Amino acid sequence: MFDDFNLIQNLINALQWGSFYALIALGYTMVYGVLVLINFAHGDVFMVGAYIAFFVASFVLSVLGLPGWAAFIITIPATMILTSMVGVSLERIAYRPLRRKGAHRLYVVITALMCGLILEHANLAIFGASRKAFPPLIEEHVYHLGGVTFTNLKIIVICAAIMSFLTLQWIVTKTKVGMAMRAISYDKFAVPLMGIPIDQIIVTTFILGSGFAGLAGVLFAMSYPILEPYMGALIGWKAFIAAVVGGIGDIRGAFLGGFLLGAVEILVVAFFPSSYRDLIAFSVLLVILSLKPTGLFGIAKTTKI
Amino acid sequence: MKKRLLTALISCSAIVLAGTAMAADTIKIGFNIPMTGDIPKVGEASKFSAEMLKEDINGAGGLEVGGKKYMLEFIYEDNEAKAESAVTTALKLIEKDEVLAMIGPNSSKQAVPAGQVANDNETVMVTPWSTNPDTTLDRPWVFRAAFLDPFQGPVAVNFAVKTFNAKTSAVLYDLENDYSKGLAEIFKNVFEEKMGAGSVVAFESHGTKDQDFSAQLTKIVAANPDFIFLPDNYNQVALIVKQAHQQGFKGQFMGSDAWGSSELMTLCGDDCKGLYFSTHYAAAGATGATKEFIDRYTEKYGYTPDDVAALTWDATRIVLKAVQDTGGLSGKLRKDRKAVREAMAAIPSFDGITGGMKFDEQGDPIKCAVVVKISNEGTFEFAESVCPE
Repeated sequence: MFDDFNLIQNLINALQWGSFYALIALGYTMVYGVLVLINFAHGDVFMVGAYIAFFVASFVLSVLGLPGWAAFIITIPATMILTSMVGVSLERIAYRPLRRKGAHRLYVVITALMCGLILEHANLAIFGASRKAFPPLIEEHVYHLGGVTFTNLKIIVICAAIMSFLTLQWIVTKTKVGMAMRAISYDKFAVPLMGIPIDQIIVTTFILGSGFAGLAGVLFAMSYPILEPYMGALIGWKAFIAAVVGGIGDIRGAFLGGFLLGAVEILVVAFFPSSYRDLIAFSVLLVILSLKPTGLFGIAKTTKI
Repeated sequence: MKKRLLTALISCSAIVLAGTAMAADTIKIGFNIPMTGDIPKVGEASKFSAEMLKEDINGAGGLEVGGKKYMLEFIYEDNEAKAESAVTTALKLIEKDEVLAMIGPNSSKQAVPAGQVANDNETVMVTPWSTNPDTTLDRPWVFRAAFLDPFQGPVAVNFAVKTFNAKTSAVLYDLENDYSKGLAEIFKNVFEEKMGAGSVVAFESHGTKDQDFSAQLTKIVAANPDFIFLPDNYNQVALIVKQAHQQGFKGQFMGSDAWGSSELMTLCGDDCKGLYFSTHYAAAGATGATKEFIDRYTEKYGYTPDDVAALTWDATRIVLKAVQDTGGLSGKLRKDRKAVREAMAAIPSFDGITGGMKFDEQGDPIKCAVVVKISNEGTFEFAESVCPE
């Protein structure tokens, strides 16, 4: 029953599913890398991204009356920009005041959790509990290659995830902004003395992280076209686990961790009864973490007290 | 000063007395329904249907019980489609709101635990939509308006074998949902009994919050079944059917009554057209009282009522009939609740808009099921009716 085609088919499934984890995990890891803050609202920023995509796409399709491909081209950048504004607002309203007052990290993490819940419940209160059906933007084609079946959408998703990773990796390692980010993560107190505008760099981090969450939102809504207010909670949570397994703070780690979690979840179902999925998947991750507690790419840091 | 205090005291007690006197003229019924969470449309349908019934009765001057008219007061509480919230909601309705009887929860996932609470606290509970046997099993205070899964399972098997000419099948179900899991297991047993061991070629599960089913569907498609049995809630049905088509599956699906929400077609669109599922009633082509209900509901709320709306209507009417059958309320809650239970158990048969029903000793109705086909216009068309032998 499990011939080669099935394995390839499952690898494609895993790449698609892992792409979403990877795109969301990138946001967690960037904010953590710069601020040492676990931004638990990030999964809900992703959910907001999917909703923004829904409204932008509906607007372009019905009010402007443009065809699907045009809506696709407009929706992606519009959603990324609007979602990054949501992320930046969170930073300005919730995190920055706490940082100014020198609050302990624990309080900021709790604030992030609360922000996530506020986003979820604001959505529930404003748009109601009914699910939204995302309009189809591009015509889906099903391709058969040997015994393997895939759609053009799957290819788009996987390519988008890989390109996002390469872009972010380039920004962080090759540009001045990226150098500043790494510097802040290295020593938050010395960096302002060197004339680096720390707030601007932090805002840039949030723009990038939330922007890619917005991209994940658009692609997710196209692949799984049913939106609901709690859709970001579980996937955000798992993406966080993916980021930690990859080594939180490292972009390569988030990317690989996302694909690793996607692959483990899909392959467990492929080779074991599907009722054991989460049990086996998370046991595997636990083993990885106990062998390498800092994650695949993490470096052990000593905390100064 | 003293006099003024006395006046105040007297007027206060007068208000309190007037309050109790007024409360005696109303009958409170609690609704334990999912208005948010996974299946909000189910709660909405229940509430809309109950509101319509309440307006009818209160508009006509109230419900007559033992020669006295009572106004109805319906209390809607949200159980968020969660088992634990359904339990606290039931307790709140029983203890704080002091309702005479309860309608709901709708899904078995919530109705099974909430039924325990109702039974322990000696309050009548009627679930409109729950089909899992455990909801009413050995619980004299719990009743239902829907048929049971041990009946629904064989209906699906027989229909699929006959209509699709199927020799093999695959099952995909929700592991976290009592209803889905129970029905999937019943289906598997009945199908294998009929078509031989191993004829269920894939038996896969997923979680309630899952959005990606590609791994399970790859396995199912590789096993090449004649059809997929999918006892899942409508929101997941929409995703699963779409993804199965993306994985290249071209065969049929057979669904269960949890498909029958008016929201199914909004979410699923073209992918679900031409599929079949077993349910409680078919809105397209209904006659008599059923048609009258459908027409009024459609006019009032702007969409065709689904089976939950119709079953809530029936369930509420059964409870109100039992209240009338008590022959008069004493105003003492425990005594009245007991009287309602006795009257419920004594109802021999009931002619509802989802068909006639007789109640057995477990409080379960014996009634027919229908199989509907989703037409190209997205309506649920009658295909076949199956009655218990």
